[in-house]
Amino acid sequence: MTPLTINNVVRRFDELTAVDNVSLDVEAGQRIALLGHNGAGKTTLIKMILGLLPATSGQIEIMGGAPGNRNARRFTSYLPENVAFHGALTAREQLHHLAGLKSVATKNADEFLERVGLASAADRRIRTYSKGMRQRIGLAQALIGQPKLVILDEPTSGLDPISRHEFYQIVKELAASGSAVLLSSHALTELETSTDRIAILSQGRLVANQDLAALRRTASLPIRVNVTATAETIAQLATRFGGRRINGSALELTCQQDEKVSLLAQITDLGDIIKDVDVVPASLEELYRHYSKNSLEAK
Amino acid sequence: MSVLSITRLELLIARRNMWVATSVLLMALFSVVLTLAGGATTGSLAVDPLLVAVTSITTLSVYLIPLVALLLSFDAISGEIERGTLALGLTYPLSRAEILFGKFLAHIIVLGFAVAVGLGLAALLVVWKYGIADISFIPLVRLFATSLALGATFLGLGYLLSSLVRQPGVSSGVAIAFWLVSVVLYDLGLLGALVADNGGTFTTSVFPWLLIANPTDAFRLLNMPEIAIAELATGLRASGPVSGFAGQLTSLLLWPVVALFLAWNVFRKVEP
Repeated sequence: MTPLTINNVVRRFDELTAVDNVSLDVEAGQRIALLGHNGAGKTTLIKMILGLLPATSGQIEIMGGAPGNRNARRFTSYLPENVAFHGALTAREQLHHLAGLKSVATKNADEFLERVGLASAADRRIRTYSKGMRQRIGLAQALIGQPKLVILDEPTSGLDPISRHEFYQIVKELAASGSAVLLSSHALTELETSTDRIAILSQGRLVANQDLAALRRTASLPIRVNVTATAETIAQLATRFGGRRINGSALELTCQQDEKVSLLAQITDLGDIIKDVDVVPASLEELYRHYSKNSLEAK
Repeated sequence: MSVLSITRLELLIARRNMWVATSVLLMALFSVVLTLAGGATTGSLAVDPLLVAVTSITTLSVYLIPLVALLLSFDAISGEIERGTLALGLTYPLSRAEILFGKFLAHIIVLGFAVAVGLGLAALLVVWKYGIADISFIPLVRLFATSLALGATFLGLGYLLSSLVRQPGVSSGVAIAFWLVSVVLYDLGLLGALVADNGGTFTTSVFPWLLIANPTDAFRLLNMPEIAIAELATGLRASGPVSGFAGQLTSLLLWPVVALFLAWNVFRKVEP
């Protein structure tokens, strides 16, 4: 059964259409990144998936059931952006309580605390925690009860690079154990390697929903080829290939995907003159800007 | 189970936030002081000394119990909205009614504990000073039970305000203003209207309804000894079936139910 299916969902607030005819599936074991500007409709969409907000039209199904019903809630876990658990409680007390609500043994809750690296601090008041540690409690509670669908809203904001890496490691394990993961983030670079598919929302509409390679193909943004030679030979290269001089001995060329191999062949034919070649495909950030901008122009 | 889990968590929070200590201290302090002070003036009269203490404590409880209840409840919903824990809590498999009832149970336990400690100390003091022979404990039990009803009413109203206002800072201000109106200004307004009306139709037909419509007044009337009620009734020429015992009891039993229902009705539409 598909953990999450979204069919032609629309949500209007008076005049504003916050989510405009969005369809999106998330299969078991998949990690989907949901990208979009502030106000693109990410939070509205997430709230509808969680059953906190009704859709104006269209259907959302979680494991075949309506969002917000008891079954859907048992299968779903959620990490809100900026959740602040009560400072007077300890992480263990908070997590035992939440595990109880999902009818999960407290022993398992302790394992999740250990998994997110809070075992030694679990009996301290949350008031004394750093921002990163508070975010880890949020992640620990999202692991409770073998969720079929995990919704993570800006999960790595406020985490240092090491914690971010550990965080995506846990997300990877979650997906490997069969959970469908939908996560929204602004930190695009870290998503390139840690998601299976990218969905981009712009002004409430889904403007892209593919894996990274397919996004690149569809966008056909130019590929950058950086060629390094020496100070003496770089002028010769520039007259032959054109492109843009970066410094005294390097040249930046751009080409389309289908020209890449022949261009590289021409470059390698030059033999010793070439000291180094770097091929840089369009980054997620460039792709994101491309898709968001296109949809704005279409309007 | 979910309800009790929430109750347990809220009790932990109330204990660590010193809400339990504060409410117990307030109730104990005032009960003891009033019992001692009440005994000083009427010590030689042939009146049940516990009844005197109960009368004094009633006068105080009218102010204190709504205040403590509102302090316990004003951020129950708005605080969770601000911290983001309401959005999270609502994605767990439990209903909003369970969330509200779990919190209510915890808060009424805190309040009940504080009142029990206060009244218990008052009873101990009286027994210690006068012996147990001539004392009837019925007024004490009645005061405890009606205190719970009054507390439950203002807890419910506190949740209602908290759901309506959504911001903890604002809801604390609204709660204090609400307290002032319901326990102080309401009675002053009634008094002013009585004076202006000078024994007209307002005094005989509207006033009794307005008097018992306020749960704090119903509470006060229920716990005042017979003499006090007689004085009030003759003094205001407003005795009658409406403001009598049945009316008072109905008001005090109905209010907690109405207040909690209203709170739930607003809370279930709150968007986190």
